[in-house]
Amino acid sequence: MLIGRVIGEVVATQKHASHEGCKVLVIQPLNLDDTDRGDAVVAVDAVGAGVGEKVLLTTDGYAAFTAVGLGPSPIDMAVVGIVDQVDLSSQETA
Amino acid sequence: MLLGRVVGRVWCTVKAPALEGQRLLIVQPLTPELTTTGKPLVCADCTGAGAGELVYYTRGREASYAFLPAEVPSDNTIVAIVDELHIKRGSPC
Repeated sequence: MLIGRVIGEVVATQKHASHEGCKVLVIQPLNLDDTDRGDAVVAVDAVGAGVGEKVLLTTDGYAAFTAVGLGPSPIDMAVVGIVDQVDLSSQETA
Repeated sequence: MLLGRVVGRVWCTVKAPALEGQRLLIVQPLTPELTTTGKPLVCADCTGAGAGELVYYTRGREASYAFLPAEVPSDNTIVAIVDELHIKRGSPC
């Protein structure tokens, strides 16, 4: 899983049936120092996260579609947690 | 999933039987600010997207799940046409 920040929402009318009723968010993955880590991605929301929140992002398909309560579906990323706090020892940040 | 824009189409006369009837579109990946990022790729499509449309697509094994129960050998599939994108970067946590 990755840590990321919710930077937006996607509105789509024409979409795969499995995405009906799902909130779809744009997530910017982050490094441990909160700098951007690669390109932003699109993920379905399993926890009710909002724009600006720091979240936990799973990048495995099976984890993603089971997190939103679905069987095999074309979903490869999901927000599965809202991060309250990250603690790092100085050794881990080095 | 990733954002992208449909920039072209691919026709194949000879292809895996399971790909018969599938539309194959060329998609340019985009950032949320809609600038290009990375190289264009070929996606199957389950939405009826057309040239110039903003879409998002699923990657990997889950891309083939868009066509269940048919087993289509696709590793990138367009799963939605984006109507609106609301982006707000740099907001405090």
